[in-house]
Amino acid sequence: MQFRTRAIHVGNEPDPRPGAVVPPIHLAATYVQNEAGVLQEFDYSRTGNPTRKSFEETIAALEGGTHALAFASGMAATTCAMMLLASGDHVVAGSDIYGGTYRLLHNVLDHFGIEVSLVRASDDPKRVAEAMTPRTKLVWIESPGNPLMSITDIAACAEVAHQGRAILGVDNTFATPALTRPLELGADIVMHSATKYIGGHSDLLGGVLAVRDAELAERLHFAQNATGAVMGPLESYLCSRGLKTLELRVREQSRTASRLADWLAADKRIARVNYPGRREHPGHAIAARQMDGEFGAMLSFELNGDFAAAKRVVEGTRLIRLAVSLGAVESLLEQPASMSHASYAREDRLAHGITDGLIRLSVGLEAFEDLRDDLDQAFADAMG
Amino acid sequence: MSGKDDQPYEFDKARLSTAAVHAGEERQKNASSITDPIFCASTYTFPDSASVIEFVEHKLPREEYGRYGNPSERVVERKLAALEGGEAALLFSSGMAAVVGLLMAKLSGGDEVVLFNECYHRTRELCAKHLSRFGVVTHEVPACDYEAMERAITPRTRLLISESPTNPHLSVVDLERFAGLGRKHGVDTLIDATLGTPYNVRPIEAGIDYVLHSATKYLGGHNDLLAGVIIGPTDKLEPVRKLRGILGSVNSPHNVYLLGRGLKTFELRMERHNANGRAVAEFLASHPRIERVYYPGLETHPYYDVAKRTMRGFGGLVTFLVKDADWKQTAAVVDAVRIPRIAPSLGGVESLIEQPLVMSYYECTPEERRQFGIPDNMIRLSCGVENTEDLIADLTQALER
Repeated sequence: MQFRTRAIHVGNEPDPRPGAVVPPIHLAATYVQNEAGVLQEFDYSRTGNPTRKSFEETIAALEGGTHALAFASGMAATTCAMMLLASGDHVVAGSDIYGGTYRLLHNVLDHFGIEVSLVRASDDPKRVAEAMTPRTKLVWIESPGNPLMSITDIAACAEVAHQGRAILGVDNTFATPALTRPLELGADIVMHSATKYIGGHSDLLGGVLAVRDAELAERLHFAQNATGAVMGPLESYLCSRGLKTLELRVREQSRTASRLADWLAADKRIARVNYPGRREHPGHAIAARQMDGEFGAMLSFELNGDFAAAKRVVEGTRLIRLAVSLGAVESLLEQPASMSHASYAREDRLAHGITDGLIRLSVGLEAFEDLRDDLDQAFADAMG
Repeated sequence: MSGKDDQPYEFDKARLSTAAVHAGEERQKNASSITDPIFCASTYTFPDSASVIEFVEHKLPREEYGRYGNPSERVVERKLAALEGGEAALLFSSGMAAVVGLLMAKLSGGDEVVLFNECYHRTRELCAKHLSRFGVVTHEVPACDYEAMERAITPRTRLLISESPTNPHLSVVDLERFAGLGRKHGVDTLIDATLGTPYNVRPIEAGIDYVLHSATKYLGGHNDLLAGVIIGPTDKLEPVRKLRGILGSVNSPHNVYLLGRGLKTFELRMERHNANGRAVAEFLASHPRIERVYYPGLETHPYYDVAKRTMRGFGGLVTFLVKDADWKQTAAVVDAVRIPRIAPSLGGVESLIEQPLVMSYYECTPEERRQFGIPDNMIRLSCGVENTEDLIADLTQALER
């Protein structure tokens, strides 16, 4: 079955008794057992819940994996993956990973004797190889990366990680399985903030881990059950519902993003556009190889203007809302310098390419013309 | 917050996908949340008696009790009105509850209605078997026979009713002509546009007074809720809204939230339903085992010209007859498909298939089925949004068995 058909049918078998075409939402915390000491498939909802399982089966099929686990948030999913580590272990991570993952690695896991090295994996996978030590157990990358849409070569990183007997985890939130399937490229764990494209409607928090190895799945399920940050049944239901239109949404949002990127690149008020679909993007060739036909619905651009001008633009759009988060039907924009990366020292921020005039745009489902006109009027007001 | 909320964006005038995502919603919501909250409250509190009096005297527009309206519901009503290009919308607990609400509000004993005979059969049953008990007189005339409809109009006629496209024959009504008949005789017109959807047909722009949808179908789009809606002029819907508060056929806040969520992908889903419907119809039309295909986008369809002139796309529903097949051989085709599930209903992301003989018309006599135009070898397929090649490959194997 093709991706879109799997998204609708796998894990969504009609309930056999009433024949309901959509599986029911199981809110039960516990399950009645037939006999003592012999557990049935479900015994307690932290360990497993039919509605959550339904979503997990679908996402596993979409990622080309065999098992998936759903969590209360993207960070809960990442935390569970990190529970595979022990004191003394070392992690190599891309320098463009999500800020929350950075914080988990540097300010939480460091208390437990886990070390981390950040490298520019998107420049060259050799940077990963150079940073690996005999204690390296995990390589963690993200592609496209935030907020410059840096592209990391997943297949090359998998090879490097495996040569060093480490496993590779990929945060696939920006690309989604509709466009990139890291497990098929050799990754061991794929992670999502399901809050973004998977749910797709800005109305739930969730996280996912998917794998293609039963033993690894068992270790992760043990950690999930032991630590307890599971996805609730209502969110699981909304995620399953969101998956049915995942490919439609992601491809349409990507097509609009690509048209906006071209429009922005031709505008004199814009100094630079960061979109992997454009030829001048440093990751374009790799993106064309590892992304399936489209280049995602996230882009960023730099104004020919200062911090204040960028601030006026993000405050001056009428259709596009000013908010962090991304991946939903509504278009959102933000100024990394004052919002997502405000905690960086200005020099560090600039060294990472996050300039004062940078604006990040999550392209939603609105019509291209409406989004273009909205940006155009915001530029005109902010920059004269 | 965004700095330009004082210059509101006019979502009613935005393009369809932009309106589907944003129209009807407050820009600045409770707690600055990006999505609307679900208000589950059955009742609403007043700070003091003076506020109650202000409300009762219509000086303070606000909520009172769940049966009279709900903030989550109003958002979705405004979104539906914007998508349809109408002034106001009124939600009900199902499509049939919407029909009942409108007809009971509009009609009294002695009034007459004229229907095309391909209207949804439960609507015709409601008129002929139930409203008749209250003295309402129903005339059924052949679908798309505008002369017959005009001849049936009397001074007591209050409403002209049709579905378009019709189910399962997919006959397409010339909406401007239909609306013109109503205007000429001073009679209101009602179109059940459930199969058409505001993506494919625009009844209000054609001059129709009321548009009705079973929102359970394409509008909700996920086969996971029941809902009905009527769209029309604010003043004409006001008495219907008041009657809904008495009949009690309101939808639930949870359902309505899912409906609003489904509408955000409305244009995407419709593009895919239309593409799948067309591809499947063309595939079946060229298949040696198929006797006939009913699809408004095919040149062989009796209403192709009207459809081409008035529809943006032709929908996901395809009806067809299996060549030289009795009812059992036809049932074997239905039983052999693997992706579409056997079920009534239509318009959701999952493809559904049914044989009208065994589903909706099983209790009819053969003579009645001939009258309704339901041959034994008829199959109705509601194409979902699955991959087109997967659907065609599945039909191919089912027809080869």
